[in-house]
Amino acid sequence: MKIGIAGSLESNDCLVTIKESKEFSIKVQSIVDVFYHDQIVELITSVLEDMNIKNVEVTLIDKGALNYTIKARLLTALHRMEANHA
Amino acid sequence: MKNNLGREIFEQSKPYIRSDAFEQEKRRLIAKKTTDESVVFLKSLSEAIDKAGLKDGMTISFHHHLRNGDLVINMVCDAIKKKNIRNITIAASSLFPNHSPLVEYIKDGTITGIVTNYINGPISKVIAEGYLKNPLIMDTHGGRARAIESGDLAIDVAFIATPAVDKDGNGTGKFGPSACGTLGYVIPDLLYAKKTVLVTDYLTDSIVEPELDYHYVDYVCTVEKIGDSEGIVSGTTKITRDPVGRKIARDTVKILESLDLIKEGFSMQTGAGGISLAVVEYVKRIMIQKEIKARFASGGITGQYVDMLEMGLVQNLYDVQCFDLKAARSYRENRHHIGISASKYGNPFEENIVVNDLDFVILGATEVDLDFNVNVTTDSLGTIIGGSGGHADTAHGAKVTIIVTNLLKARLPIIKEKVTCVTTPGEDIDIVVTERGIAINPKRTDLIEILSKTKLPIMPINELMNIAHNIAGIPKKLEINNRPVGYVRYRDGSVIDTLYSVK
Repeated sequence: MKIGIAGSLESNDCLVTIKESKEFSIKVQSIVDVFYHDQIVELITSVLEDMNIKNVEVTLIDKGALNYTIKARLLTALHRMEANHA
Repeated sequence: MKNNLGREIFEQSKPYIRSDAFEQEKRRLIAKKTTDESVVFLKSLSEAIDKAGLKDGMTISFHHHLRNGDLVINMVCDAIKKKNIRNITIAASSLFPNHSPLVEYIKDGTITGIVTNYINGPISKVIAEGYLKNPLIMDTHGGRARAIESGDLAIDVAFIATPAVDKDGNGTGKFGPSACGTLGYVIPDLLYAKKTVLVTDYLTDSIVEPELDYHYVDYVCTVEKIGDSEGIVSGTTKITRDPVGRKIARDTVKILESLDLIKEGFSMQTGAGGISLAVVEYVKRIMIQKEIKARFASGGITGQYVDMLEMGLVQNLYDVQCFDLKAARSYRENRHHIGISASKYGNPFEENIVVNDLDFVILGATEVDLDFNVNVTTDSLGTIIGGSGGHADTAHGAKVTIIVTNLLKARLPIIKEKVTCVTTPGEDIDIVVTERGIAINPKRTDLIEILSKTKLPIMPINELMNIAHNIAGIPKKLEINNRPVGYVRYRDGSVIDTLYSVK
């Protein structure tokens, strides 16, 4: 199975796990979930849409990362997923 | 019903008006109790509880000088539970994570009321879940002294953890295996509680200059151990190494220099947060360089201030609470390290209090709003994570009050339209220093005039909030329609805000 992991559980960072999957899903577990859940899901969705990636399961454990951190971790996780497979 | 800050408060409570409203009020004092009879020495808490006449519905008090190493609160509550005494109110100057056994007693109705200045740990969770029967009351350090002396907080029995007691019943925090330094917060309890029990694990022949005078003591109870020394030093923080925190500290010192606040004979207090400690380190360098001596530093005293005292940089330390064992040692040995009571520290009705003599104070914040109100009581969800302690007292007393904080903490903007809970009113907050900019309270035109001539990044506070929003995104507004579980009492006894249950 294709899988890629990036990030950490340090404060202001996040840990992204991305797996190949038949069904598309995004799971977010964040310390700022109450305040930023929708913005985080929207960000992940738009990054994946831009790259035209559909069949993945994304799990994000967030420790208060800013959007550009989340995006960077997500992209690295995607690269690793592809690299692991190759 | 709403108070003057527009905060919803309990019906029929005394609403907060202004931070100086107490000047129009008379000091209220209940009679001090003295005991003519000699102090009775007891061997068990069970006996002490019986002799002191503790019954259902009474209020018992404790101090927090042993901090997270305190064993006495749990011990007394265990003994009370065993006697099946119920409906007790705990008036502790602070509560820490090691007091988690109280959670069960709150749930089973042994404890139905809590009055305190600071809560950290599992007890706040059980209160947020709505288990405490009566509203939680959060005071300031100075406000607690006022509440006790006025009878607003009437104490039936004070159980005072005392590191050393002599044969007459005098007590001190200077000696013994659990020596913790000053016992400033418990002086009002000693003077005004109907019955006083010193709980100790160290008896000595005589104590010179005891903080606790035996004339106010009814019983001394010896137990095996009153504190864990590791937990006693838990109040200490390390100087921040974080470059963001260092920048905030450097800018703060530039402000102090621009305002000419670091000059011969000045006075200061700083919180124990990492950024505050860095500020002190920079101030110390300037003092050495320019050969400036301070008149005093006050507050919870850390080893850092002890160094400054011993280097001759500070003339006196006024200490209501020793934060580490170095401070406790200095308090024992150095005559210029002076213990003060909570009342002398910050009671608005006491004369010549220390906070009123401060040139500046450096404090932290969990949230600051566009009216400069500061929250250090709850997080942004409303869960209690601390409390005023001396925050509101020093902010009112000091000539210049500076808040140091990161603009964002784990994505959350610290500057908000409205704080979740008001601990300290904005009228007493002068400057907010963040890594992205500095906001000055518009009512301090004097400070604005001087600081706008510097290169410091001064901006309106809403601009600071906008910067935070641009970086992190605008946080979704929380709808708090939960039920009230307590309130924050300002130092003058008025109600400044309400505390709510958290889902």
